[in-house]
Amino acid sequence: MDTLVAQLQRQFRDYTISLYHQGFLDDQFTELKKLQDECSPDFVAEVVSLFFEDCEKLIGNMARALDQTGNVDFNLVGSSVHQLKGSSSSVGAKRVKGLCVTFKECCDSQNFEGCVRCLQQVDIEYKSLKAKLQDLFSLEQQIVQAGGRIPQVDI
Amino acid sequence: MVCEMETDQTEEMDVEVLSSMWPEDVGTQADNQFNVEKPAGDSDTLKEVDIAEKRTMADLKRLPELLNTTDQGSSQLTNLVRQWEYMQDHAVRLLREELKILTKQREEAEAKELKIIEEHNFETEEPENVPVLDETSHLFRRFRQKKRDELVDSKRVVIDEEFDTVAYWKQKALSLEKMLEASTERERRLIEKLNESLKTMESHSAPVEELTQNLKRAEGFLHFILQNAPIVMGHQDKDLRYLFIYNKFPSLREQDILGKTDVEIFHGGGVKESQDFKREVLEKGKASKREITFETDLFGSKTFLIYVEPVYNKAREKIGINYMGMEVTDQVRKREKMAKLREDNAVRKAMESELTKTIHITEETMRAKQMLATMSHEIRSPLSGVVGMAEILSTTKLDKEQRQLLNVMISSGDLVLQLINDILDLSKVESGVMKLEATKFRPREVVKHVLQTAAASLKKDLTLEGNIADEVPILVVGDVLRIRQILTNLISNAIKFTHQGKVGIKLKVISEPSFASEEQNETSVWICCDVYDTGIGIPENALPCLFKKYMQASADHARKYGGTGLGLAICKQLVELMGGQLTVTSQVNAGSTFTFILPYKVATSDDHSDDQEEFSDMVDHQPEPDDTTEGYFQFKPLLGSIYSNGGPVIGNNFLPHKVMLTSPVRIINGFGAEPSNNTGQSETVQVGNGGYMDETRQNCPESGHEYGNGNGGCSSKESESCSSSQASSEGGVLEMESEITVSSSKEEEKTETSKPKILLVEDNKINIMVAKSMMKQLGYTMDIANNGVEAINAVKESSFDLVLMDVCMPVLDGLKATRLIRSYEESGNWDAALEAGVDIKTSENDQTCVPPTNRLPIVAMTANTLAESSEECYANGMDSFISKPVTLQKLKECIQQYLQ
Repeated sequence: MDTLVAQLQRQFRDYTISLYHQGFLDDQFTELKKLQDECSPDFVAEVVSLFFEDCEKLIGNMARALDQTGNVDFNLVGSSVHQLKGSSSSVGAKRVKGLCVTFKECCDSQNFEGCVRCLQQVDIEYKSLKAKLQDLFSLEQQIVQAGGRIPQVDI
Repeated sequence: MVCEMETDQTEEMDVEVLSSMWPEDVGTQADNQFNVEKPAGDSDTLKEVDIAEKRTMADLKRLPELLNTTDQGSSQLTNLVRQWEYMQDHAVRLLREELKILTKQREEAEAKELKIIEEHNFETEEPENVPVLDETSHLFRRFRQKKRDELVDSKRVVIDEEFDTVAYWKQKALSLEKMLEASTERERRLIEKLNESLKTMESHSAPVEELTQNLKRAEGFLHFILQNAPIVMGHQDKDLRYLFIYNKFPSLREQDILGKTDVEIFHGGGVKESQDFKREVLEKGKASKREITFETDLFGSKTFLIYVEPVYNKAREKIGINYMGMEVTDQVRKREKMAKLREDNAVRKAMESELTKTIHITEETMRAKQMLATMSHEIRSPLSGVVGMAEILSTTKLDKEQRQLLNVMISSGDLVLQLINDILDLSKVESGVMKLEATKFRPREVVKHVLQTAAASLKKDLTLEGNIADEVPILVVGDVLRIRQILTNLISNAIKFTHQGKVGIKLKVISEPSFASEEQNETSVWICCDVYDTGIGIPENALPCLFKKYMQASADHARKYGGTGLGLAICKQLVELMGGQLTVTSQVNAGSTFTFILPYKVATSDDHSDDQEEFSDMVDHQPEPDDTTEGYFQFKPLLGSIYSNGGPVIGNNFLPHKVMLTSPVRIINGFGAEPSNNTGQSETVQVGNGGYMDETRQNCPESGHEYGNGNGGCSSKESESCSSSQASSEGGVLEMESEITVSSSKEEEKTETSKPKILLVEDNKINIMVAKSMMKQLGYTMDIANNGVEAINAVKESSFDLVLMDVCMPVLDGLKATRLIRSYEESGNWDAALEAGVDIKTSENDQTCVPPTNRLPIVAMTANTLAESSEECYANGMDSFISKPVTLQKLKECIQQYLQ
């Protein structure tokens, strides 16, 4: 039992560290973790799932805006990007945030090609982050189920 | 020439005419009459030029003498003679040649004549001779015949007649006669020619006439060239007396010049110089040139280029000088003008480049300043974390060495924090963000408390005294926080550099100083505040840079006394911001006096009740009867005794006002207490703030040793945030305690008083969620507004203690919303917001709405921490900003800054 927990814990730790190292997450995610306590045990998951909903909605909006061939409202796209940037920075989704910065520049310079490319990348990026975080959460659940404690990971 | 110039001038006023060297309106009649009427413009041949000969003035007796004695003179004559001789030689040679030819011809002719005569005689006179030499004549004749045949064979006369007939002889005689005639004729012509040659030879032979003509021609040529030239020429003898002058000043007569020196002739500037120059040339024996400007009564201001050469006689002895002067006034003037223009140009260019440099530097500085402010801001957060943690660490069980190390760490951290705060202050003042507040305060109390505070941390044997003149009003209006900051700064500075004697503050009312601007209205009173000490003083050469940033009187001092070097700069800027002036006088080893003069509005002491929190701490507890009017305080560094003097004690800023201050007893805040002696942190707070002094003492028997000289327990008297760091450098425990009690006391308070109301204006759900959760963890709840309009409505409906405002939001962004809220604070109505098209909900209590008395702290939350953005935040009335993403630490600091 203990070995399973220890293994899971090690896996969790490694996985978390890899997420940081690969640039998926940054310190802000750590901040979120700090906010999670007994009163709100699922705080991070809640915020993150809210974030992914937000992503889906915003990406949908942007895709629609960019689909208006010849009549793209870059301001509209830009405000969505801004929103996404704010959200991603709040949850510590580092890669998404970085892409948003580039995306915003493309919007400001009305670079349609760039916007489309960024949109695709953001879509890919948030989905892969989602998958990874789901993995992470399921690892957490496994640890809890195995009766272990979720380890503190120092980055 | 003079006349001519006059007419020229009148005719062609606007044409640039080379004016005469000498003025036109002078000159004697005698001179004029000799002048050329008007030299024709096209007269390019010498013949047509009529030359005015009267321009020369010469000592006729001495000039020839001069010519004879000097090399130049004699060589000229020699040249002329040589030339003449050469010409004569040439003529003689030509004549000789001619003569030779003629002689030859004549000889030939004579030879021929002789022959003819012989022949003639032989033939024509033969008959006459026959009777005489009849016998022999035949023979002779034959001989003659023979001889003649031989001699005149070629010229045999052709005679048609038969030889030896009479006719034959006759004919022969006739032809011979003809030949003779021709020969005679030729001879005559030759003689004539000879005579002619002789005659012409005679006419060439007058050298004097020739020389005279040559001389005349040379002179004419010189005149032609020189008559209009602006040139004066002259010769002066060894004593510099004029012997000869050409082109002299027209009004001067011969007797005025000849035999006199320059100094005798002219008066004014430059004359002496020229005389000296000539003398110099004469002495050195070297020709040279110089430009001399004359300033004489005779011809005004003129510049001459003067060439002087020494003159030697044949024995190589100097006998005088030749001098030539050319008037170059206009050229010099032009040249000077050009030089001036060029100089101006250069200066302007230099100034321009300087200006652009300055502009560049200013821009750079501004950018750097903003950068610095931003950086400082960013540095402060983690640093306060470090210091805070170190302070917590110091409450744990440590051995002596660890504690020492920790104390160093804390005091260093505090110093850096202080520095950063100073920098932020400075950049705030410099970028004009610093806003002054007008609050009522009592100068006496401020002075007293500043001194008390200083005394509390005093480690030296110094007397601190305060002296306030009677006429200083009891209550004035000003920015008490800033004034206190200045005083504290100056006092701590004074203490730092004073090792014995006293440090004091003196307040007196003065008349309006000269630098006061017009705007200051009548109600203001100017108070002059001296902060004096008996310290090491400041050397005079260090005074100018004393108020400069990061400057200390010397590197030595910086090493010895430490400090950031920003204190005085901040003081000066603050004083100037408030419309005053900060000056310093000092004497090395005797002490310094910093004096600042500030205008204050006089407040009536009646509205005592309005005294706001700024010094409610002093007002609210039992005032001692003499407290408000007492004009003299003294704090001596005697253990314990200091405290009996100070009447009221400042309350604890960290606590909501008026909670424990009802206690009639002097309060000592108990931050000095070791937490280990208490059951918990929150309890510490209660004991600390509410407890009596002796109780605290009992509670913390160890506190004494925390402070170097045992007066530490009293350092807790000071509770101003600005001085707390000072105290903490003495004993780190203090600061830590205050840090901890901040939050715990807050939570404590919540149950007793209303919680501070915080409004979060943010459109991003996730951000809201995160921020809310963080606030929860810090023990606060927040109201949420999703955009600027909602924020304005929320602010209108209820009063908040703090607003966290996102900058970039839909509908109405944070900057505009802030501006509108500020406008409401100033005007008391929401007209500006309505004008801006903000949909404001009306509520029933609108009519009763009064303008708020306090400025609502609004903190921006910006996505980018670039300087422009923060600048924009300040410009729109925000108090500070935190950069996104928001972290617990940032929020905590923000709350500490604005809610406590």
